[in-house]
Amino acid sequence: MTDGPAAGGADGKVVRVDSIHDLGGMQGFGAVAHAPAEPVFHHRWEAAARALLMAVAGAVQASGGEFRHSIERMDPGHYLTSGYYEHWLTAAATLAVEHGLVTSDELEARAGGRFPLSGPVLAPPVTDPGPDVSTPRFAAGDRVRVRDWHSPGHTRCPRYVRGRTGTVVRVDGIHSVPDVEAHGAARRHEPTYSVRFDATDLWQDGQRGVSVHVDLWDSYLEAP
Amino acid sequence: MSEDGHHHPAPLSPVERRVAALQALLTERGLLPEGFIEETTRRYESEIGPLNGAKVVARAWTDPDYKRRLLADGTPAIAELGFGGAEGEHMVVVENTAAVHNVIVCTLCSCYPWPVLGLPPAWYKDPPYRARMVREPRALLAEMGCELPAGTEIRVWDSSAEVRYLVLPQRPPGTEGMAEAELAGLVTRDSMIGVARL
Repeated sequence: MTDGPAAGGADGKVVRVDSIHDLGGMQGFGAVAHAPAEPVFHHRWEAAARALLMAVAGAVQASGGEFRHSIERMDPGHYLTSGYYEHWLTAAATLAVEHGLVTSDELEARAGGRFPLSGPVLAPPVTDPGPDVSTPRFAAGDRVRVRDWHSPGHTRCPRYVRGRTGTVVRVDGIHSVPDVEAHGAARRHEPTYSVRFDATDLWQDGQRGVSVHVDLWDSYLEAP
Repeated sequence: MSEDGHHHPAPLSPVERRVAALQALLTERGLLPEGFIEETTRRYESEIGPLNGAKVVARAWTDPDYKRRLLADGTPAIAELGFGGAEGEHMVVVENTAAVHNVIVCTLCSCYPWPVLGLPPAWYKDPPYRARMVREPRALLAEMGCELPAGTEIRVWDSSAEVRYLVLPQRPPGTEGMAEAELAGLVTRDSMIGVARL
């Protein structure tokens, strides 16, 4: 733990959140239900749910970060037991309620039953995003360590690489930082990098000859 | 179809009722234009899919200059064939060889190169694939029918930022005489995700 809001209040309540969507490396899942070919949508409601999310996200001008965070705040049990398009439906309804387009009571009255929404945003709004970073701090070949911090809000830094050291293989473009854009109108832009991690540096039982590449924003990284 | 010959629609499931509720409220508030659902759906059911990526792969197999451009800077090379747009703005193409096998995943959500592969299959978005591909790729690939020789290097690409990846599979042996269009017919979605070899 390095910085950010305190890990817990005086009451011992933990405010940092790693949400259920951050699945990389999690164990206990079974076989992949792989099919070489399948329809784009398995049910017509899936197509409708996808379009509804796009309509709501457009109406409320949701950033990619705000959209993703609206899924990540789902109840973990609901997240794991529902498919992708139910996630999109839940995100669409959550954003619609949070932006005042509809109310939760209206949704439940129309649906004739429960309409589960995602939980509240726990991170404070970002009002001071800090300056843009226009020059990459790292170059291909540089060793970098991922900062070991756990965001109370949205982040695109998977927990399985936090605190781990890897090698930059590519410097990509400058992009809006998801951790900022998910929490208000402020924006900060930073270079992104593709960082290679040897599996043996990620997992105790990692295999030689296997590497995992993760694309990370500048502020997720530090010199090792 | 019931015994009296009239069609009785099945009662809506809970999730269908929720979709209908949100759809009705948005429509009443003027937030859902007429035909919006049909139009956004139609594009991904009929226009955008893995056939696009297959054309990119077949071109790379038959045109060495194109392949060089594709591997050096994927986005403009893919645009040469007319493909681009949402979730394809920053494309990186990774090449499979006899020594190296690449596979793509998105552990945090379901990022996927829509313009060349269409919308992702259900298994790509479900927890087992996202959890396991970064942890035990060799075992999971074998489980999915993609057995790799023991010495093959595996590179997993987690699409966690703005880049979207496409795997350039190896051209299968015995296809030397084939034309580009015929080759495109051999290229599967799974080979461009990296969970299959051709």
